[in-house]
Amino acid sequence: MGGDELQSIRDVSVVLPSVSEVLNVLTFQAGFNSSLVIVGTTLLGIAAGVIGTFALLRKRALMGDALAHSALPGLAATYLLAEALGFEGKQIVPLLIGAAVSGILGVVSIHCLGKYTRLQEEAAIGAVLSSFFGVGVVLLSAVQYVGSSGGLGHFIYGQTAAMQQFDAVLLACVALVVCAAALLLFKEFSLVCFDPDYAKVGGWPVGAIDLLLMALVTVVTVIGLQAVGMILIVALLIVPPAAARFWTESLPRMIALSMTFGGLSGYFGSAASSLLPRLPAGSIIVLTAGGIFVVSFLFAPERGVLASFRSQLLLRMKIITDHFLRDFYETTERCGTLLSNVIPLKDLSSFQRLSITRRIMLAWWISMAGLGKIRDGKVSLSSRGMENARRLTRSHRLWEEYLQSYTDLLPSHLDYSADFVEHSLSPAIIRNLEEKLAVGGRLDDLAEVPKSLHSIPLSNEEGK
Amino acid sequence: MNFSIHDFISLDLPAILTALFAALSCSLLGNFLLLRRLSLMGDAISHSVLPGIVVAFLVTGSRLTFPVFIGAAISGILSVFFVELVYKLGRLDTGAAMGVVFSIFFAGGVLLIEQAAARSVDLDADCLLHGQLETIFWYPPNNWSNFLRLDTLSLLPSELTTSAFVFIAAVIFVGAFYKELTLSAFDPGLASALGFHASFLHMGTMVFLAAAVVASFEAVGSILVIAMIICPPACARMYTDRLATQILLSLVFASMSVIGGYFLGAFGPILVGFSHSLNGAGMMAALSGIFLGGSALFAPAYGVLPRAVRRLRLRLFMLEEDVVALLFRWEESENLSDLTVQEISKKLDSTSLLSVALHRLVARREILTNPMKLTESGKTRARSLVRSHRLWESYLVSEGGVAPGRVHDKAEQLEHFTQSELTEKLAQSGHHPTRDPHGRIIP
Repeated sequence: MGGDELQSIRDVSVVLPSVSEVLNVLTFQAGFNSSLVIVGTTLLGIAAGVIGTFALLRKRALMGDALAHSALPGLAATYLLAEALGFEGKQIVPLLIGAAVSGILGVVSIHCLGKYTRLQEEAAIGAVLSSFFGVGVVLLSAVQYVGSSGGLGHFIYGQTAAMQQFDAVLLACVALVVCAAALLLFKEFSLVCFDPDYAKVGGWPVGAIDLLLMALVTVVTVIGLQAVGMILIVALLIVPPAAARFWTESLPRMIALSMTFGGLSGYFGSAASSLLPRLPAGSIIVLTAGGIFVVSFLFAPERGVLASFRSQLLLRMKIITDHFLRDFYETTERCGTLLSNVIPLKDLSSFQRLSITRRIMLAWWISMAGLGKIRDGKVSLSSRGMENARRLTRSHRLWEEYLQSYTDLLPSHLDYSADFVEHSLSPAIIRNLEEKLAVGGRLDDLAEVPKSLHSIPLSNEEGK
Repeated sequence: MNFSIHDFISLDLPAILTALFAALSCSLLGNFLLLRRLSLMGDAISHSVLPGIVVAFLVTGSRLTFPVFIGAAISGILSVFFVELVYKLGRLDTGAAMGVVFSIFFAGGVLLIEQAAARSVDLDADCLLHGQLETIFWYPPNNWSNFLRLDTLSLLPSELTTSAFVFIAAVIFVGAFYKELTLSAFDPGLASALGFHASFLHMGTMVFLAAAVVASFEAVGSILVIAMIICPPACARMYTDRLATQILLSLVFASMSVIGGYFLGAFGPILVGFSHSLNGAGMMAALSGIFLGGSALFAPAYGVLPRAVRRLRLRLFMLEEDVVALLFRWEESENLSDLTVQEISKKLDSTSLLSVALHRLVARREILTNPMKLTESGKTRARSLVRSHRLWESYLVSEGGVAPGRVHDKAEQLEHFTQSELTEKLAQSGHHPTRDPHGRIIP
């Protein structure tokens, strides 16, 4: 692709960088500044990924959002105060302290509103976020008229490309502190995230642990504010952990994945931004994280959307097939042709009830699984299909027998209850049932299919 | 300060009215979101409209209100859809789902703005966040009689007409589905079971919310939109349990925030000697937050302070009763020495409130100090209290089957809440007992 020209949305051509340029940037050979930015954003992504995981599991994902917004009045007030006292307003350390103070004030207000009034926490978050930000906007409009220039805008949108060495060192320290805290306090944090009530009963200082967690979120948010901006630091706190959630059920793995995702987003995002024109680093970082999220959302095994669709589909196919096979057995039993393996489809109510698509899927499924064939309005089962049909009917009726003798269900309700259970009866349970029923004298021959406890409805009547 | 009516009508009035209609439609819908715990949906939508707006700019190449409205509405509704999708299919909690969706949308929007800047499209994300109330103005007719003519009205700023239109539509929607919305806000399960389409109403609310957000944010900024969706309903909820009252109150709070905020922003700084006005939308949001803080503290029904005062008064009332009952029992048991304040404090396990309680009792002439004695009126109060205590004890033993050793604490709580009617019923049910389970006389 290197050197090719790409047509953009409206004729603004973009020259793609060559492979060597890409490699230079990715291996930190492309100058001090771009390396600094890449290192800084990677570190930020890692720190946010780690602490964001705990925040997500504590169901406080949007706390970072509230923090970032309520930091604004602190920023602007510090700036105004410094200018009023005759100092230069744009000094990073006082500004960050101001931001942290008002951010914490916002979080405390959320906590108080949620705890001492009838407001829910979501409403408290939204109310505090917007009114603090409102104050911030008012103060910003005053900043315009005071001092040199309204130079606080980059705290909202971020100014990644202008990162200084000091910022990168700061980010490194923050990443180190956050990772160390997560490692040292892993047990405490995970306890509070998964079962705060149990932690409280066990004598853990839940409030203090929560506070520490929020303090770490605050540090990451405030430091990240000027690197990637308000909205985008929120994204780094939420998106990588949310993506990691799809891949695993284990907390250490989730943290590792989330910090990897965060770090990768920072790394590739800022690299892309330095290689191509007009790509603001903050957005690209978040969009990279967003891409990782979408992939995880769709394709992660087990928790991913496609995987759960697939397992749902498999279960549904299994249920349809099971019903079909049992219907086959019961129909042959009723017609007295128990050993024949070919019967016309119109006799099978379970087939008549299916929609066209399901009929096609069932036919395909049965021939794929080697259970038999559906052709020319007739179904012929293989010996394996016959055996399965016999076994399914047997386990259905064993369960019915069990319900009949050990519970108080009416015979007319047995079929319905057994329908739900029969698909998940394992061989071990079947053996257990056999033993129980044999002891109770309700089962004459262990190998035979017991008689049905209720009349089996005629298929054609039921099908309509 | 040169202030003229004409300036006011051409500059201030359209801005106030636009913000007012925007705030009213946002808080009207916000009431239902608050009850369904979906308040932050406004936050999500108002951040997510950004890419839609930019795309609309890029496609039409103009800043006309209508295409922008459509673009923003589409991306707002898309974001609602994606939040639902991530929440339902991804099994993340709503907060995380919103955070993921709106931050990705916003990042996309910022990227598109940057791309648009290359094509010299002047677009500033700032004004989307802060609003640009200052740019709304109207050339009003010079003659008052011309005000209601169609051609002068057609010159009204488009922001104003849009937000007024959306407000009217929202009122019609809420009015038409009031019963259904109420039901599904309080009990979505019951609503579905009764055959209302809770999900349909939910989507309807979201569509109107998106419309309200979109119609508002261009004029007043997304921050004011979020503030108006959440703060006025939350304020109103501190005063009442009735939904209709809550909605009306929230509209009042929204109007007060808008009008007050505008004047504070426009004229407040000038009054204190500052030469420039401050951001109006920000001031409105801040004011609505201040209203919320004030209501949370002082609202009579659910404010923190009134509730604390009520609790304190109840504790004081019970402490007073305990003091007179203690004195009564002391005199009854014919102790020769008199009780001192220290002894009372020790027996009742209370120090800080006790002096207040004693003070009030003395002031009401129910006890005498030096020595501590009950007056006649104090004795009457104490007698009825001890009577209900002992009647409760015998009732709990004879009817409740509680062991005599364990009835005291229970009776100690119940005695304060027992009116004379109930005392008589207790006496009747026990066939007017004369002695309690511990053998003491029931007065």
